[in-house]
This record gives sequence, C-alpha cells and structure tokens, in this order.
Amino acid sequence: MNTTKFIDEHLFPGQIGYFLTILSLVASLVATYSFAKAFFSKELEVQTHWEKLAKIAFIIESVAVVSCFVVLFYIISNHLFEYKYAYMHSDKNLPFQYLLSCFWEGQEGSFLLWSFWHCVLGLVVLATKKKLGESVSGVMMVLNFVQFCLATMIVGLFIFDMKVGSSPFLLLREEMNWPILARPDYIHLIKDGTGLNTLLQNYWMVIHPPILFLGFASTTIPFAFAVVGLINKKHDWMDKCMPWATFSAGILGLGIMMGAAWAYESLTFGGYWAWDPVENASLVPWLTLVSAIHACIIYRKTGSSLKVTYLFFGISFLLVLYSTFLTRSGILGDTSVHAFTDLGMNAQLLGFLLIFVIPYFVLFFVRFKHMAEPLKEEAIDSREFWMLIGSLILFLSAVVIISITSIPVFNKIFGTKIAPPEDAAFAHNQVQVFVAIIIGLLTAFGQFLKFKGTTKAFLVQKMKAPLLVTVAISIVIYVFVGVAYKEKGIGFEGAIYVALFASIYAIVANIFFFGTMQKWKLKSAGSSIGHIGFGMVLLGILISSSNKTVLSWNTTGISPLRVESNKSPAGNPRENITLFEGIATDMGKFMVTYVRDTFDILDKRFFELKFKEKKTEAEFFLYPDVLKNNKGMEGFSANPSSKHYWNKDIFVYVTSFQDNSKEDTTSFKPHQISIGDSIFYSNGYIKLEKVLVNPNANRPAGSNELVLQLAVTSKEGLKYTANPGILLQGMTLQANLDTVKVQNLVLSFNKVVDQQKGILEIGVKESASLTNLITLKAYEFPFINLLWLGVIIMTFGFGVATWNRTNKLKEK
Amino acid sequence: MKKTHIALLVLIAAAIVVLISYTGDLSSYETIGSAKQKEGKFVNLIVKMDKSVPVQYDPVKDPNLLQFNVQDSVGGKISVVYHNTMPTDMEKSERLVLKGKVQGDHFECSAIVMKCPSKYKDNPNAMKNQPVTISN
Repeated sequence: MNTTKFIDEHLFPGQIGYFLTILSLVASLVATYSFAKAFFSKELEVQTHWEKLAKIAFIIESVAVVSCFVVLFYIISNHLFEYKYAYMHSDKNLPFQYLLSCFWEGQEGSFLLWSFWHCVLGLVVLATKKKLGESVSGVMMVLNFVQFCLATMIVGLFIFDMKVGSSPFLLLREEMNWPILARPDYIHLIKDGTGLNTLLQNYWMVIHPPILFLGFASTTIPFAFAVVGLINKKHDWMDKCMPWATFSAGILGLGIMMGAAWAYESLTFGGYWAWDPVENASLVPWLTLVSAIHACIIYRKTGSSLKVTYLFFGISFLLVLYSTFLTRSGILGDTSVHAFTDLGMNAQLLGFLLIFVIPYFVLFFVRFKHMAEPLKEEAIDSREFWMLIGSLILFLSAVVIISITSIPVFNKIFGTKIAPPEDAAFAHNQVQVFVAIIIGLLTAFGQFLKFKGTTKAFLVQKMKAPLLVTVAISIVIYVFVGVAYKEKGIGFEGAIYVALFASIYAIVANIFFFGTMQKWKLKSAGSSIGHIGFGMVLLGILISSSNKTVLSWNTTGISPLRVESNKSPAGNPRENITLFEGIATDMGKFMVTYVRDTFDILDKRFFELKFKEKKTEAEFFLYPDVLKNNKGMEGFSANPSSKHYWNKDIFVYVTSFQDNSKEDTTSFKPHQISIGDSIFYSNGYIKLEKVLVNPNANRPAGSNELVLQLAVTSKEGLKYTANPGILLQGMTLQANLDTVKVQNLVLSFNKVVDQQKGILEIGVKESASLTNLITLKAYEFPFINLLWLGVIIMTFGFGVATWNRTNKLKEK
Repeated sequence: MKKTHIALLVLIAAAIVVLISYTGDLSSYETIGSAKQKEGKFVNLIVKMDKSVPVQYDPVKDPNLLQFNVQDSVGGKISVVYHNTMPTDMEKSERLVLKGKVQGDHFECSAIVMKCPSKYKDNPNAMKNQPVTISN
C-alpha cells in the first residue's frame, strides 16, 4: 500500500472525471434498456412511461459526457501534469488553439469527442420526434447502445483482471514507475509535459477531427434506422432517414478532405492523399454511405433495391467501427505512418466491432426473404438501373480498397508475411481511375434519365448541348494542360485522359441539368450541386496529380557524367536540391536563393527562400519551416510552404539542413605557388591564373593592391573563381580573403616569397562549417484549387439536399 | 434472371479479378539472407542500423546519396544505397523497414519507414521507467 502523502496534487478534477465517466456509462445503459422497453412494448402507456425514464437517462448521460469534456479540457489547459493525459499530450508553450488538438491526439479524448457528437445528434433526434414517428425509441436504443460501448472505452476499470477501457484521468504516478514519482513533492519536479506531436500543431488539426468525428457519429443514425426497420419489418423509415444520411455523407466527406488538406499543408510526402491505411479507413465508409443514399432513392421511387439499401446503410456504420479497430489497435504497425498509439485494448476494440457486425448480419439474413422487391425488371433506359450500377461500383470500389488495406489483419490471422506492393499508390490508382471514369459518366447522363424509363428523343434533345460543351472543354484541357504522367505507360495515361473527359462531363451535364431541368432553383438542386462538386473533385485530383511536377530536379554539384551512372532503378529520386545561404541556385523556371533563417517564439525555424522567375523576373518568398521534434524523438519535422496561384501551387519543404554554428577550428595551410601552377585540395585543385596589380580603381589613395586570380576546379568538374588579395597602405598590410562556399574553401594571399622567380604563398583553409545549407524539395501542383473548391461545392450540395428533405418531412 | 442481377455478377467478378491481379503485385518481408538470393526482386527488409560502419551523407556533394549499413535479427548484413536525403531520425531509429531490391553487393533502397524508439508511439510501456522531460 502506498502511504506517501503527495503534496500539491490537484486530485479533485480527476475524481470528478472518474465519477462522470462512470455516470455516463451507467446512464447510457439505463437509457438503452429504457428505450428498448419503450420500443418493444405494444401498449402506449407502457411506452410513454419508459420513454420518459429513458429521456431522463439520456439527458443525464449527455450532461455527464459534456462535463467530462470540460473537466479534461480544464486539466489540459491548466497544465496539471500530474495527469498522464496532460503530460503526454500537451506542454506549457502551446498556443491556446492547439490545446484542443491535444485533446484529440490521444485515443481517450477522441472517443470522448465521438461520444459528445452522439449526444448532440441524440438530442436532435428527440427534438424532431414528431417528424420521425414511432421509430424514435428504436433509433435511440441503438444510439445509446453505441454510447454505452464508447463509454466502456474510457472508463478504465479492471473487471476480473481485465482492463476495460483507458481513462483519460489516470495520474502519472499510477502509470509510471519513475523513481521521482515516489517523492512527495514530485509535482514540482515535473516542469513540463512532453507536448503535442509537432506534426499536429497545425490549424487543420483543430478543426479536422471534430468534423470527421461528427461524420463518424452521424453514420450511427441511418444504421439505427436500418436496425429498427429490420426488427419491425417496416421499410417506411427511408424518408425520415434521408436528411440524416445526406448530412452524414456531407460532413464525413468534408472531414476526410480536411484531413487531406492537413496532409497537404503539414506532411511532407508531397501531396494530399497517399492511400495510407488511415486515410482509406475513413474514405471507405463514405463510399458505401453514398451508395446507400442512392440505393435508398431507388427504393423510394420504385420499390426495388431494398436489400442493398439495408446492406449499404448497415455496412457504412460497421466500416466506421472497423476503421476504428484498424487505426486504434496498432495492427497497422508497419504500414501506416499515422495510426493511434496502441493502448492494449485490442480485445475490447474487436469486441466493439463484433457486437454490432454479428447481430446486424444475423438480422439481415433472417429478414432477407421477407424483403419483397418488385418482380418487374428495371428498364435499361431507366434512372434506377444506372443508379444501381453506380452505387454497386462505388460499393465494390470500397470493398477493393478495404481489402487491400486489411493486409496487416490478414497477416495477423494467417501468420503470413505479405507486404504492400512496390508502388502502393499506383496499385490503387490503376483501379480507381476506372471507377472514376464510370462514376463520372454515370453522374453526367444518369441525371437526365427518368425513373422507370426515358424516351430516346428526350435524351438526345437534352444531352446534345452538354456533350458538345464537354468535348470543347476537354480539347482545350488536353491541348493546354495535358497529362504529364507518363511513368506508367500509355494505358494508364490513356485512362487518365478518359477520366478527365468523364469528370468534365459530370460537371457540365449537372450544370445543364441545374439550369434546364431545375430552372436554377436552389431548393431542389442539392443533387446537381453535389454532383458538380464531385465532378470538380475528380477533375482536381486528376489534373493536379497527373501534372504534379518536380521543380527541384538536382543538376548542381554533380557532373553530367555522374548522373548517368547514379541513376537508380527505383525511379526518380533525385528530387532534392542543395541551396547554400546567399547563393542563387537554378531550379527549372526559377532562380532560388536561401536568404536567411529566423526563429519564432515557439522555436520554429523559418527558412526564407527567394524565388525569382527567370522569364518574368517576378519574385516571391516562401517560408518553409522546421520544428524540433518533441516526445523524446530526435531531429526535426518539416512543414511545407506553398505559394498559391489561381491555377497552381508551388509547394516546397526542407528535407535537411546544416548549420555552421560549429566552432571553426581548422587553420590555413600555406602553399607556395607561381603563375600557371596548380595545388590540390581535398576535393579538386586550385590554379593560379594571374596576378592583378591595382585592379580596383576605388582603393584608398596611396595604397597598392595585389589580387590573385585563382581558378578552382572540383573533382566533379565544376569551376569557380576566387580573388584573394593584399592591400598595402603605408606600413599596414591588409589581407582580403575570398571563399568558395560551395567547396568549403577559404583562400588567402599571404605574401610574395620570391619576387624574381615569381613565387607567392597562398593559404588554403578547408572548413566543414563554412556555410549554411539546406536541401529542398519543390513541386508544382497545377489546378489543385479545383479540388478544394469541389469539396466546398459538394458539401454545399449535401447541405442543400439535407435542408430540402427536412422541409419535405415538415410538410407531411 | 434480371438484368440487374447479371450486372451485379459481372461487377463482382470484376472486383474479384481486380483483387486477384492485385495479389500479383504484392511483395514480402524478407531477411537479408533471403533477399540476397532474390536479387533484383522488390522486397521489404526489417533491419536495424549497423553502427560499426559510419553513415555517409554529404549534402554538399550530393543531397541525393545516402549510404549506410544495416543488419537484421538473424545476423545478416548488407550496405544500403538510398537516393534521397537522410531521414532526420534515422540514426536513432531502433527499427527500419527498407523497401527496395538487392543489386550486386548492396541494397538499392527506394523507401525507408522508420520505427522510432518512441517511448510513446509504439510502446506505451517503454516510457514507464524512464521519463523524457524531467529536470531537477
């Protein structure tokens, strides 16, 4: 038993926190049970009784979760480092806005965030009860059961020696065995926390997780509707569910793309999407959710596609759980760069997944036979036929992506040692480009099809104009932008051209549809706006990725001969260019100079780079930075910087840098030399070409000057000149040194040894710490703004659809 | 059979074909010894740095050339050539996953995935006995 009296600890917030987590756990269980009682009961009186109780339980739960949130934030923002969560995820220097990022850097905080959104959504469900009808208690039952599972994740109890959940309110001394933690005054010895991971210190990390988790949380509602529908064998919930589904897809899509924007701005793989398992795991539920929305529309209009609607809505939520399992269990290990820390809760996470997967599929297959669909066949010229094809393709594309992502799971189960392919991104791209083609085309002409069949004359009449415009725009883009991506052969290049056409077609056809069919009326235009946005996302991805060019092709420091022999079979890795402080370096279209570097108050080191366009002489500055890593890791993490033009981004980041802060201890070595002679230094030779007498007209009056003209030739065959000299003024002799920074050379003219024979003495100093240098990568991303604009428009489209469908429910 | 059913089957077949063809691109984790026997084949190595041989990297001469030596858990050793800058944490890293192929006497590396000795990221228990930022 530990009997030490610890002084100055703040135990009170933690005790409240523990109490609140347990309260929310119990309240969510009570709410689940009571809503279930209300849902399964046939008598109205019993229903109202249980519902009242359930509501109270749910409100208590919501208050508990929100309070928990506040307490944890209090602990972090007041730097109470006796708590492990504050110690592990924050430090005193963090600006205020990043204190929120600390909150969701850890698993516990992000579970709490997820739980918080469920509370908000649940309150909205209860508030709109009248519109949603009798299924409300069923939906709330499912929602509260999810809440119960989430609460177990952060409760941190030991039940029969098994750790259930991991509490964010653990004390440092309860977890760690550091000797100093045994001292009563340990709290005064802990000066600071380990801080927030430097990569997460970005404004996107303040906003991206809440949006993404709202997206995750909101998939619960359509799932809950589907569960209720399966239990009740009633399929009339689809109208009520639609606003929830479109809201969820809009927010989830936005959240994912905010993550992409973060990766683009603060990660240094040079892009916004890398098919990383963590990215895939959040994309896949979005794909299936979009499939579900389309299947649901088909069912409501025609009565068919009922089974796939249930399958897709169910699986979207289940995939959210699966991605939770993937990213939090540590199973991704070697394959992902940004998964969560493994908290040793794998069994619990797996349980969380299975407790929903198994019952849902059992229920689904039990009801399968009862889901009657019309026997009549869909006409091939009907909207529902092509819409179904589209949603099946999106669904299967999701299946392919998640299967590939699950290789580590496969390895774990079967003990195999399968690793990702050589070019993992291309392995995805070569498949998904065809998905983009088909989906793009369907998005375009599918809009003009009518449910249950379309006449040919109508189609031809409506489709002519958009098709012509698309062809015209495509030709312009092919000619003026084109596809610069030729590494993977003509087949893939051709596919990109077709996909470009398909995405332009999707945009144009939907603009036409918005104008001619919907007469520019915003109210019903959710789908066409959403599809325009989607088309722009596709187009932005295709153009910016296929035309991404490396600006920093390295041509310095290497002779033409060595380039050939060094060419690596691994592609084109010579993307780093070395910049010396103060020396303009040729970089394709630009001359780039590393001007200086500065530190800000947070110890971020900014490198000022001057870009000067050769053609126009236009100048601009970029400030990529590096921040010293925290959490005990060595080294630095680099943040890119980009110059935004309307039609492209110039994107640079520092890959390494070298300081000259070291003390210079090397000394000059004297060499005797006469005109025409050469002497060697470690990386080449120096030749004395001639001696200039008084070359500078503006020297001080009465002085004499001797200047040497030295030609320095490096091993690589590069030539430099240097002009050290001496200035004689009366009796004082002043030596003027000269340097060849790139070769780390300092040269001096020491004296004249023998005037008759023309022998001079020069000093050569080779200093490793002569110059500051950085290595840099620079890319150009054309038309990347199309992607971001597309995301905004698509989200707006989902918003309009949600608003419109909510209004329709009100009218009923 | 409905047309939609036919379309469904065709699409599922396509997805299966895609997945099967994908398995052809997959690579494997190898030891240095087995990788040497598969010269020229793309493999993944799980190794650690061989600290007895100094790392060669001079951004002044060539920022795209890094040479170092590694060894694996069964004692295999090989020198590595990586045409890129030196990852900042590499020398501290306990474990490296190298992607690339053996060519002649060396391993031609195309990507390095680092596993940091992170007290924190990989193993929450590693920090248990050793504080990171404590000053007395």
